[in-house]
Amino acid sequence: MAISLKSLPEEEFVAPGRGGCAGCPAVLGARMASKVLGKNTIQVTSTGCMCVNYGYYAATRFPFVHTLFENAGSIISGIDAALKARGEREGINLFAYCGDGGTVDIGLQALSGAVERGHRFLYICYDNEGYMNTGTQRSGATPPGARTSTTPVSEISPGEGRPFRRKKDMVRIMAAHGIPYAASASLAYPLDYLRKIKKAIAIDGPTFIHLQSPCLNGWGLAESQGVAVARLAVETCVFPLYEVEEGRVLNINVKPREKKPVTEYLQVQGRFRHLFTPRWQGEIAKFQAEVDRNWEMLLALEQATGSRGNQ
Amino acid sequence: MTRCFISGSMAVAEAAQLAGVQVIAAYPITPQTGIVEALARKVATGLLGAEMIPVESEHSALSAVVGASLAGARAFTATSSQGLALMHEVLPYASGLRLPIVMAVANRSLASPVTIFNDHQDSLPERDSGWIQVYVENAQEAFDYLLIAYRVAEDAQVLLPFMVCLDGFSVSHTYEPVDIPAVELVNTFLPPFRANYPHLDLAEPKVFNVMAFPEHFEEFQRDKHESNRKVLGLLNEVYDHFARVFGRRRQNLEAYRVEDAELVLVGMGSMMGTVRGVVDDLRARGQKVGMVRMVCFRPLPVQEIQAVLQGAGAIGVLDRDVSFGAGGILYQDIARSMYNSQGKRVPAVNFIAGLGGRDVNPATIQKCFYRLASVASSGYITSAEELQWPDENEALLRAWGVGDKHGN
Repeated sequence: MAISLKSLPEEEFVAPGRGGCAGCPAVLGARMASKVLGKNTIQVTSTGCMCVNYGYYAATRFPFVHTLFENAGSIISGIDAALKARGEREGINLFAYCGDGGTVDIGLQALSGAVERGHRFLYICYDNEGYMNTGTQRSGATPPGARTSTTPVSEISPGEGRPFRRKKDMVRIMAAHGIPYAASASLAYPLDYLRKIKKAIAIDGPTFIHLQSPCLNGWGLAESQGVAVARLAVETCVFPLYEVEEGRVLNINVKPREKKPVTEYLQVQGRFRHLFTPRWQGEIAKFQAEVDRNWEMLLALEQATGSRGNQ
Repeated sequence: MTRCFISGSMAVAEAAQLAGVQVIAAYPITPQTGIVEALARKVATGLLGAEMIPVESEHSALSAVVGASLAGARAFTATSSQGLALMHEVLPYASGLRLPIVMAVANRSLASPVTIFNDHQDSLPERDSGWIQVYVENAQEAFDYLLIAYRVAEDAQVLLPFMVCLDGFSVSHTYEPVDIPAVELVNTFLPPFRANYPHLDLAEPKVFNVMAFPEHFEEFQRDKHESNRKVLGLLNEVYDHFARVFGRRRQNLEAYRVEDAELVLVGMGSMMGTVRGVVDDLRARGQKVGMVRMVCFRPLPVQEIQAVLQGAGAIGVLDRDVSFGAGGILYQDIARSMYNSQGKRVPAVNFIAGLGGRDVNPATIQKCFYRLASVASSGYITSAEELQWPDENEALLRAWGVGDKHGN
């Protein structure tokens, strides 16, 4: 399942001149995916940044459907069934590329149904941790302590409150369905991301990749910082890279030699700036504690279930 | 042609099978379940070679059918009541994508309070979704219209989704003799499917559901409207063809004994069979009454309505629904149709009855005609007379203080 940058096609499958924000990691993730998926692809994207990006004036050189907000999972189910009924399913990569709002919140039911029924498709959630297309409102994927326009920061509000200190864990939610393949991925680790896509589309069944996709505007980053922040998320174990097969076998793909403190990840983002003021600095230790607990849990799960060397 | 003794739900399933549907997605809800169960049996036993998607909600049922239709398959779904309400968002999406989906609706009212029983409160509020809507009277008509629905929806000059509404229980669960034609005959009326509309085609990639800005959006809506209007003429052509193939002629509306009728009652669905009986009884007693049963509700056959009602002395519209704060939904459309009619303006009265499964019996219908007669004799109606509830339970209205103060 090895993949190299040199093996990717020169050809572009999306027309230039899109309206995305400069340096947008979600656009980058979609373009990288298209290099593995190629032209024999049908893509659906629920309401969000990428349907704006691809849907205005028709960008793609493969069929593309902008679904409603919550029904990417069910529309892709219907496409899969129709292609099977017509005897035309083979050789087509059926692919959903949807934001966290359309995945972890309003689209969770349709996606859960689609994977539970065993339809064949790859679903990539580009997680920018909020409703960024409508101007940075919080979602079920917004991390604790983040400032959004619906979780403002004040003397009495630390931003997103998150009583259980963690955002929805979509990879494990998907893996709990017992689907063949669920993984997390990062733009800072492109070969790992592309390998996972290639692995997923070879599987005759539902597969899921959760791609962290920093939002430059929403997170308060410079245009050049998207990938760098994604790398910090992995190096601090805020966003660990791992994969789960058959809902049982968990392998961690990247283990930082030295786990960096979460402050390195938080301090470069405008949305966490208030955590470095006296009023809210106590939140950082809680953030670190949850990251540590989650990382320890993943290590334990890998120890118990993992099969090294299957990559 | 085989004559079978089956329910309305089974008749719909037989028609879906004969139409050769390729993808079915549905979620169970009373009183629609019989349709889905019958189709599931057909698929499970190999009688029907379709993909069946047992979705997790009605929103997903229609969405999956949208996906299937986009991918070039003949697709079918069925629902009722809350299920149709949950689909609300997907209805104009499907018509905007110009997908020839057919859906059967086993009509049932909407909560709250909870009811599983019939009226037209679920589908009538969806009249503005861009879907074609017909309301059938019995199982045979449900069967016939399912085939007609695919034929019309898939016509290149239409390409709009089609809703076949049948009354919950009184049609969906009632067993009646239904003539089921051989598949060869059906194929001469409804040829096997070929996606003749923009769909997901790798050879000709397209983007679906683009953004339309104010300088373009209205023309998309206008196109949906103009195509919907064309359905009326096309339906009449299709009825001719249907009659040649199957020996029965369907119509956008049924005018019964209206030629010299002074009082005409207009309505939809299975209760109109009762109206027909009462018309016969009253005619036998020398009273000049008639009935118009609306079948095609969207598009609204305005000219046909005018043609059959223009000689009436007074018009009653029997609504099995209510637009709260306004009155019956059908009444609004009938009154609007007659407002610009060439004939003289005649009084029109709105009767609301049969809500949530309350029986519409001959006494109800007689009451409508008597009240219509008294209005007609005065030649005008007061606003208090315009909307009437012929089956109202006065004791209950009083006991419950209906319309009184509710809070503290």
